[in-house]
Amino acid sequence: MSISLTHKEVAERARDETSTPRPYWNPYVAGIGLGLTLVLTYYLMGEGLGASGAFTRFVAAAEQTVAPRYVAKDPYWSGYLSGEPVLKAWLVFEVLGALVGGVIAALTAGRFKVMSEHGTKVSARQRAVLAFAGGLLVGVATRFARGCTSGQALTGGSVLAVGSWAFMFAVFAGGYAAAWFVRRQWQ
Amino acid sequence: MNGPISVNGGFNQEVGFVVAFIVGGLFGFFLERAGFGSAKKLTAVFYGKDMAVLKVMFTAIVVAMIGLQYLGVFGRLDMSLLTIPPTFLGPQIVGGLLFGVGFVMGGYCPGTAVVAAGSGRKDALWFIGGVLAGIALWVVGYPSYAGFYKSGSMGELTIPEWLGKSPGVVAFFVILMALGAFWVATKVEQKFGSNDEGSIESKGSL
Repeated sequence: MSISLTHKEVAERARDETSTPRPYWNPYVAGIGLGLTLVLTYYLMGEGLGASGAFTRFVAAAEQTVAPRYVAKDPYWSGYLSGEPVLKAWLVFEVLGALVGGVIAALTAGRFKVMSEHGTKVSARQRAVLAFAGGLLVGVATRFARGCTSGQALTGGSVLAVGSWAFMFAVFAGGYAAAWFVRRQWQ
Repeated sequence: MNGPISVNGGFNQEVGFVVAFIVGGLFGFFLERAGFGSAKKLTAVFYGKDMAVLKVMFTAIVVAMIGLQYLGVFGRLDMSLLTIPPTFLGPQIVGGLLFGVGFVMGGYCPGTAVVAAGSGRKDALWFIGGVLAGIALWVVGYPSYAGFYKSGSMGELTIPEWLGKSPGVVAFFVILMALGAFWVATKVEQKFGSNDEGSIESKGSL
C-alpha cells in the first residue's frame, strides 16, 4: 500500500506519528512579528520592550525582603526605588507575559521539553556551570549598559538611540571574540 | 486616539499592567517561534552556522523603526513623548562587550532565557540564576565604579540628532545596512552552515 507514497508523504506521516517539533519560523517573518510588537508597545505605553530591568527588580525585591534597611540606604537601590512596591512595575508584568507567551509557543509547536542544551562533548553539569557563569557576566553587563538586547539593542535600536547601537555592536564584538574559547560546549 | 495612549491618559496604571502582560506575551511568543528558546540556535550566530539572531534582530529593528516613524509623520504618535534609552557611551560599550562574552558562554540573553525556561530548558534556569547573582554582585560593588557608570552621559541622543540629519535619511541608511547584513549573513551560512537539527528549515531567504 505504501508504493504510491512519495518520499515527502512518508516523511510527513513519520512526523505526525513521532510528533517531531515543527520547524522554526522564517527569521524575517519572526522579525516582522517582533518589530510590530515593539511598535504596538511604544504606541500604547510610550516605552519599548525590556527584560533585564525586570530581573533587577526581582533582585531588589528579594534583598528588600531580607534586608530592607540596607536596601533603603544602598546608593544604587535607593535611586531605583520610588516609594511604589518595586515589583509593581510595567516591565515585571511584561516579562511575566513573555514567559507565558514562550510557554504557549513552545507547547503549540511541540517544542516543550525538559532538557539541558549542549553538545556531546560536555556534560550537563559542565553546561550548567557555563550557563551560570555566562549569566553572571550578563547580569553585570546589563547594569553597566542600563539594559540588554531587548531594552537597548532592539528598543533603543529602533528609535535610533546612539548608545543602544554602540551597545549592539559591542555585544557582537564580545560574542565573536569569546566564541572560540567556549566552542566545545556546542559541538 | 493618538499615541502613546497611556501617556495621553488613555488608561490607568492597572490597565497598563494588563497591556504589559499582553505585549510581553506577544514578545515571548515571537521569540520562541524565531527559535530563540534554544541556546544552540542563539549561539550559532557566533559560529556562522545559523545567522537567525542577526536576521531576526535587524528585521525587527527596521520594521519598528519604519513603523514608529510612519506613525510619527502622520501625527498618530507623538515621538517626543517616547522613552528613549539615554546614551552613556563608555559604560554601554564596556557593558556590551561583557554581555557578548556572557551571551556566547551562557547561551542566552535575559529575554530569551525566560522563553527558554518556559520551553523546559534547565540550562536557562542556571543562566537566569547567574543573571540575578550578577546583578546583586554589581550592586554590592557599585560605589567603586559609580563614577564610570555615570560617565559619558549624552542624554537621550539619537543618531539623526548626533549627525544632524533627518530621521528619514538615517532610516534609509539603516535599511541599506540591514539588507547588506542579510546578504552577508546568508553567504556566511552557505560557507559555515551545518545541516544538523532544525537549522535547515529556519534559514529563510529574502
